Amino acid sequence: MTNYLDNVDSDWFGKRLSAALTVVIAVFVVLIARLLFLQVIEGEELRRLSEINSIRLKSVEAPRGLIYDTHNRLMADNRPSYDLSIIVKDANPLERTIEKLSRYANIDEAQLWDSLEKAKGTRAYKPVLLKPDIGRDALAAIEVNRWDLPGILVNVSPRRDYIFSPSSAHLLGYMGEISVEELKNKIYSDCKSGDFIGKYGIERTREHWLRGKRGGQQVEVNATGQVVRVLSTVDAIPGHNIVLSIDQSLQLTAEQLLADKSGAAVAVDPSSGQILAMASSPSFDQNAFISGMSHDTWNALISDPLHPLENKAIQAEYPPASTYKIIVAAAGLEEGVIDVNTSFFCPGFLKFGNRTYRCWKKWGHGEVDVLKALTESCDVYFYQVGQELGVDRLAWYARAFGLGEPTGVDLDHESGGLIPTAQWKKNRMGVSWQKGETLSVAIGQGFNLATPLQMALVAAAVGNGGTRYRPMIVKTIRTADGQTIFESVPEVIGRLPVSEKNLRLVREGLFKAVNDRHGTAWGSRLDGVAMCGKTGTAQVVGRRDDEGDGGSEGEPIKDHAWFVAYAPREDPRIAVAVIVEHGEHGSSAAAPVAAEMIRFYLSGGQPKSDAPLAVAPASSAEGD
Amino acid sequence: MFDRRLLQCFDWGLLVLTLSIGAMGLVVLYSAVSAGAIEPDFLLFRKQLIWYGGGIGVMVFCFLFDYKQFERFANLIYLASVGSLAAVLFFGKYVGGSRRWLSIGPFSLQPSEMAKVAVIIVLARYFAKLINTDGLTLRDLMVPAFLTAVPFALIVRQPDLGTAMVIALIAGAMTLFAKIERRAFIWLVATFTLLVPLVWFFLRGYQKQRILTFLNPDRDPLGAGYHIIQSKIAIGSGMLTGKGFLKGTQNALSFLPEQHTDFIFSVLAEEWGLMGSLSVVILFLLIIAWGLSIAGRCRDPFGTILSVGVTAMIAWQVVINIGMVMGLMPVVGVTLPFVSYGGSSIITMMIGIGLLMNVSMRRFKFE
Repeated sequence: MTNYLDNVDSDWFGKRLSAALTVVIAVFVVLIARLLFLQVIEGEELRRLSEINSIRLKSVEAPRGLIYDTHNRLMADNRPSYDLSIIVKDANPLERTIEKLSRYANIDEAQLWDSLEKAKGTRAYKPVLLKPDIGRDALAAIEVNRWDLPGILVNVSPRRDYIFSPSSAHLLGYMGEISVEELKNKIYSDCKSGDFIGKYGIERTREHWLRGKRGGQQVEVNATGQVVRVLSTVDAIPGHNIVLSIDQSLQLTAEQLLADKSGAAVAVDPSSGQILAMASSPSFDQNAFISGMSHDTWNALISDPLHPLENKAIQAEYPPASTYKIIVAAAGLEEGVIDVNTSFFCPGFLKFGNRTYRCWKKWGHGEVDVLKALTESCDVYFYQVGQELGVDRLAWYARAFGLGEPTGVDLDHESGGLIPTAQWKKNRMGVSWQKGETLSVAIGQGFNLATPLQMALVAAAVGNGGTRYRPMIVKTIRTADGQTIFESVPEVIGRLPVSEKNLRLVREGLFKAVNDRHGTAWGSRLDGVAMCGKTGTAQVVGRRDDEGDGGSEGEPIKDHAWFVAYAPREDPRIAVAVIVEHGEHGSSAAAPVAAEMIRFYLSGGQPKSDAPLAVAPASSAEGD
Repeated sequence: MFDRRLLQCFDWGLLVLTLSIGAMGLVVLYSAVSAGAIEPDFLLFRKQLIWYGGGIGVMVFCFLFDYKQFERFANLIYLASVGSLAAVLFFGKYVGGSRRWLSIGPFSLQPSEMAKVAVIIVLARYFAKLINTDGLTLRDLMVPAFLTAVPFALIVRQPDLGTAMVIALIAGAMTLFAKIERRAFIWLVATFTLLVPLVWFFLRGYQKQRILTFLNPDRDPLGAGYHIIQSKIAIGSGMLTGKGFLKGTQNALSFLPEQHTDFIFSVLAEEWGLMGSLSVVILFLLIIAWGLSIAGRCRDPFGTILSVGVTAMIAWQVVINIGMVMGLMPVVGVTLPFVSYGGSSIITMMIGIGLLMNVSMRRFKFE
């Protein structure tokens, strides 16, 4: 057969091609017939329809999911925003319309022209946004004079309203206009330019749940572009509502306690890992992001030395200082370096190599065992424990307590802190580990860095008997009509590698640090509540060259104050970590904040009683 | 290699047909991009001009050397094409929920468009070897089915159902042209009838919506249903002579979706009326007939089947696109050859024309 095909006289292909052409012509006859039908037979009718074509599409924004605190108190709401738009084709004459609009609504005319200028290239029949969120007064003025403003539209769209702003600003985050980069991302595939999306905090991490689905309407409009009839509607689907584990009252309390200070406070539920409060100070006004922030406000925010936009509870890293001694004590006991009876003599310093390492208490603690070391935060005791453990064993324990890596909380930009090892230093700096550095590390200084959230979780795990939970902030997610689609369950991520006996000893030390007359946090003890805790004072390494004891120039930079605590002593219900930047002493600056948070929470939100808690006198403040 | 005698055989007719439709396309694109804008943005128009320049270069390249070289390197071309389709799934950029574009420097190309040509070449090579007057058996069809299924599946994954469908239709047309044995044919028809409900399950939500919307446009008042109605109004309102250049109100009102790509025919029909739309339809018919006549004059099975494949590509896209905007077919994203905006589409079509010219020029050399 192939021979036949190769034959020049073969007409096999020719016949098939003729058949193909016949089919093509037949199909084209159908196309042409359809063209004739539309353009000739129906032409006149369709021409008429095109001339009065008054059917437009209008999109209907979906309300974003609401955010509640653990007691179903509304934290993030939606309010109506009146957005002013113009359809250039309908606004005839344009100059006069703009001029009148400016007069009625009291909006700067130049600003209106500016918005129009930016919309160059938009089709004349598409609404151009002139000014979002014009407010009720301008709306009323426009509505009254609508007859005089052809082509002017006011659309109502839902806009975010943070009820307690600036409270919880770092937690809830804020929203902003979607960027060109984000538009290219698959997760924003249902967004269009100009949309607002979560940019930070829960708004960002839970964007997927909070964002609803846009709906729309086919509407008939009259000659001036006003809607006269809705032909059909596709309903917008509202986003899901989120209930946080945050207790807004406790959150507000923490924020008030930190007012005028720079720092952070975190409270978690030791029995589940749920975050009860997460305050970062100073804060910022989230609503300013929604209504469009001026350049100056933004510049002021990002150049503020106190970093108001940073969530210090998870983004800022501090040397854990003496709060780290909890881990050193546990490690020493567990590794057999010390036991309940081991004691060292503290003369107020330790000579190591050719250097002298000081205890914060100049004249020394005398004979010190592990309980007294924790109670009074004796540095010399922990120098010796650390020295015997070595940096790598210490690091292993610190990591087992959850330090050195992000906790995995459902917020963005979380820092992991730093737990140094000998190898780390070799890799990083190309220099071997110095024995003396272990001493600094043993009291939480040196290269050690931790976030307040990490330290709150350390307190929680020690307090609850050694179980580590993943920190959680979203409690439930519900659809707009109340159906629960997500319910968080406590997630155990590990256990502290410390025996029950040793852990009890550490906890005894933490109890005494608050409730023993010599305890560093004695001043912040609570009536009727057995609070356990540990103070810390993180040395701030200044950027000045003349840093040191004899700093002659200017004021010395004050140290950061730490306090980690949990309460009550058995089956604790709350664990707290507080840092006050440049607060100087943990006992005087941080402990009262934590104590008040705990008192407030455990009393079920009772206001503070008349008798104010004693603020520790400076003399009992710990050093180092 | 390039002989002066070849120049005498150059297919001026095809060139004139192509360039006339291209020129008409540019005029309509100009309307589409300036449609009712306060201040039109001609960036797309300028880009299209550049693509046409590139397209003509690619076309020349495609007829410079003997098309037999395409037969020799068919497998390589095919593998490169499948490779680029796989790459797009990993490195492609997302636009509106699908990954279709691969960026090469400042240019973005859709490998799925090029894949059409690759499939045509590889199938032409395969069929050229097996073709006989009895037709192909089921076993003969396994390989071409596989060769089509791989790019098809990769393109569906992007997802770009329209292009995937065009590839399948081109392959189907080529196979039918090569003739299927009667028994095999009955088998295939039976299997396809059973397969259709199965395919339904694999369609994505929006793809099902489109088909349902086609059957009942009122289902989607904000999307396809609205688009079909507005497109029909646009076409019909052009009447005999059209509303005039840049005077299309449907176009200006932006009642037409994707007016510079998928719905560009509506702009043409509105502004130029039956006069314009019929001219373009007849030009397309002439190009298709021309392609088939090139296939008929070729004395080499590969050249013939290659020409049939390229012609089928043009024919399917014309029929689907125009049928869609006139409300005869579901709304699927298929461009109108030489007219719709889009670099990849232009380049692919110009490659096709280059191949047809190549076969046409070398029709006498075979003897």
